[in-house]
Formats: sequence, C-alpha cells, structure tokens
Amino acid sequence: MAKTKTITLAINGRERALEAPANATLLETLREHGYFEVKSGCEKGDCGACAVLVDGAAFDSCLTLTWTVAGRAITTVAGLSEAGTKHPLIEAFETTGAVQCGYCIPGLILAAQSMLATTPDPSDDEIREGLSGNLCRCTGYTKVFDAVRQAAASLRNEISRKKTGREEGGAA
Amino acid sequence: MYADFDLIIPETLDAALAALAEGNGETRALAGGTNMIVDLRARRAKPARLVGLGKIEALRGIRIADGRVTLGARTTMSEILHHPGLAEHAPSLVAQARVFGGQMVRNAATLAGNICSGSPAADAVPPLLARDAEVTLASPGGTRVVPLHRFFLGYKKDARAPDELMTEIAWNLPQAPSAELFYKLARRKGDAITVVGVAVALDVENGVCSRARVALGAVAPVVKRATAAEALLTGQALTPALIEAAAQRAVQEVDPIDDIRASAGYRRHTVHALTRRLVTQAWDRLG
Repeated sequence: MAKTKTITLAINGRERALEAPANATLLETLREHGYFEVKSGCEKGDCGACAVLVDGAAFDSCLTLTWTVAGRAITTVAGLSEAGTKHPLIEAFETTGAVQCGYCIPGLILAAQSMLATTPDPSDDEIREGLSGNLCRCTGYTKVFDAVRQAAASLRNEISRKKTGREEGGAA
Repeated sequence: MYADFDLIIPETLDAALAALAEGNGETRALAGGTNMIVDLRARRAKPARLVGLGKIEALRGIRIADGRVTLGARTTMSEILHHPGLAEHAPSLVAQARVFGGQMVRNAATLAGNICSGSPAADAVPPLLARDAEVTLASPGGTRVVPLHRFFLGYKKDARAPDELMTEIAWNLPQAPSAELFYKLARRKGDAITVVGVAVALDVENGVCSRARVALGAVAPVVKRATAAEALLTGQALTPALIEAAAQRAVQEVDPIDDIRASAGYRRHTVHALTRRLVTQAWDRLG
C-alpha cells in the first residue's frame, strides 16, 4: 500500500486538508472529495476533461500527483465565478450554445481561462493552440471558438472598465 | 492509481541526486509527469520510488547571455513558447513548443523530460540537435557534459547512468548569419504524435554554407542527424541540384518503421520532401 499523508490545498478559495496516498492523482483526490465537476476522460493527457487551474494555469489533473501540488491554489470550474456573479466564459458558453452534453466543458472553460490569462486578445490560431488539448465529441468546436472570442472581449472590457472607468472603444 | 510507489519531493538538487543514487535504479525522477504518469498507469514503468523535481529551483530558468543559451532541465514547453528572447534566438525550439501536445501538457511537460523519454518522435530534440546542444548530467560524484547527438544510444537507451540526472541543456549562439526552420508533420496541428519532424539550421560565411544541420525525428530508433546530407551541403553555395542531392542522401540515413501513424515508405518520401523544402527556405532567408 502506498504511503498516505495529509495534503493542504486551497480549492476554490477554501483551505482543505485532505488525506492522499503517494500514488493519488489530483483527479482522484478531487473527485473522492466531491469535486465531481472535474471529469475523468482518457487519463492520458489527450482529452483535457480533467483540467483544473493550479495557481491560475491549466493542468491535466489526471497527470498530476496530488502530493506535488501541496500548498497550491486549485480552481475547478465551480470556483471560477466570483461570488454572486457568473464568469464571462461560463456566460459565453451558455449564450453561444457551445455546450451540448457538457462533459468536456469544465476542461474547455478552464483551458480557455488559462490561455486568456497569458493571451487576453487571442487570434483564432492562438485559440486553437490554447484549446488543442481539449477534445469535444459533440460539436465542431465552432461555437466553442465563438464563446471564447465573446468572453475574451468581455474580460478585456472588464479590465479596461476597472482601469479607466470606461468601456473599451466607447464613451463612458 | 493502481500502480504502487513511494514519492519524495526534495528541496535541493543534492538531496534529489542522493535519493536517485541510493535507489539502485528502482528510483526514477519525476518532472512534468506527462509521460511518466501515463507509463505508471499502463505499468510500463514500475519504480519503487519517484523523486519529484518540482521544488528544485536550480533546475529552472532560461538564460541567454555571453553568446550562449542555457535552459534548466525543468523548463516547460509553455515557458519556451512564451519566453521573449527565445523567439529570436531559438525559433525552431519555440516552433516545436507551439505544436507540442495541448496546452495542459505544455504547461507541465519539461525539456529534459522530452529528451529523456527517449521517444524517436520527441519534438524538442530535432531543433536542439540542429543547434549542437549539449546536456549536463549530474550525480553525487560530479557532473559531465555530453553532446546531445551522443546522448541517444538506441531505442529508449541513452547515456545516463542510473544515478545521473539531466540538469541543463545549453548551446552556443551562431557566430555567422544563421537560419533555422522546424516542421512537424502530424495528423493534425495540435495534440498529435509526430509522423516526421525535421529541423534544419544553416550558417553562411562568404557566400557558402559554412555549417549545415539536418535533424530528423520519428524516422529511426532515435532522433538523429543526417550527417552525410549535412556534409554534402557544407562548404558549398547551395543550388537546387545540390539541395536535391542532400535530400536524397538524407533518405538513405533513416530507418523508419510502419506504424499506425504512417508507413515507412511515406516517412521516407516525407524526409526527402521536407529536407528539400526546409534547406531551400533556410538558404533563401540567408540570401
């Protein structure tokens, strides 16, 4: 049996002390503790369904051993929105109809968030690069790209509102 | 996970090297995990203990100074892709990072991990071979520097002793005007395993090609240079006929296999086409 120890993780802004064996993946630990929004897909790093943010960057939780992220901030799709609001990516995936069965969507949204953190105004090629590790078997990805473009614009607006109190390209 | 193993996560390089040395080959280093975790799950790797390298700052960092590029072993593909200086000084290495796995894999996968995976399709290796990169191997007994083209000994076999850890990858920037190109042929642009990968680097001095490198991935048991093709180009003012001859010579230097991604014949055809194309384009850039 693998050794077990208590690992502290800040999951969706809340400190959790979780028991985890040495051979546990972050995917296994999160689902074991009720974070069912983190989906298990290929378990090989091909499909991206299990993506979570670790200190803001997206990682496949199926390829991450829990002990190696001790003390880090983990964000699942359920923790992306600020309290009382809906995150622009979630809003955009809903309004553009990018969601069908929904299984890949938590991973797609977190991969998109991670990409927009380094590339706030992505070209279509940059969106493809950012999302190439996420497989969706329902759609043709077109509406997913629409959603990411729409969310990127609204996030840029949010940032420029915070900076200047004005809408991007428009009057206050 | 069904696989059973112990895990330690040391804070220093010395502690990691000591753990690898006392492990008698039953202990393996864990970097980004994008190969290792898959191998553990499939039981292709059965280490008793893993040494996680994530806390060792000495294995990180990208330095471009004094005519030399030095990358820490744990440099990730995303760090290569987004580094402001590498786009100018290592365009082929950046180009492979752009098409390396998907975003989550790029955020985790490391340069040394890709080299040490021993995969003939390792995307980072052709650009590094084209730059004459060297790798530093460390053990409790000391360190040694090995040219990357001597590192690979056979399919999944390399020059590391069981207690050695790759700590650094480095190369000298070209002194003469130089052009380099990389192309990855795969079934799709992202998140796909390479069918054929080609990196070409040419230096020009006094109107002739003073240094030629043609490095080929996924067409032999190891990623390799087509040294006979390189020799045809070196010292010459390149012409279409000479480039065609070099591309034909490169085909004779590979030993591809049939697999689910492509036939050996298609891979030979592609080595010819891509070598000709990339050498032509690189030479044009220097003109």
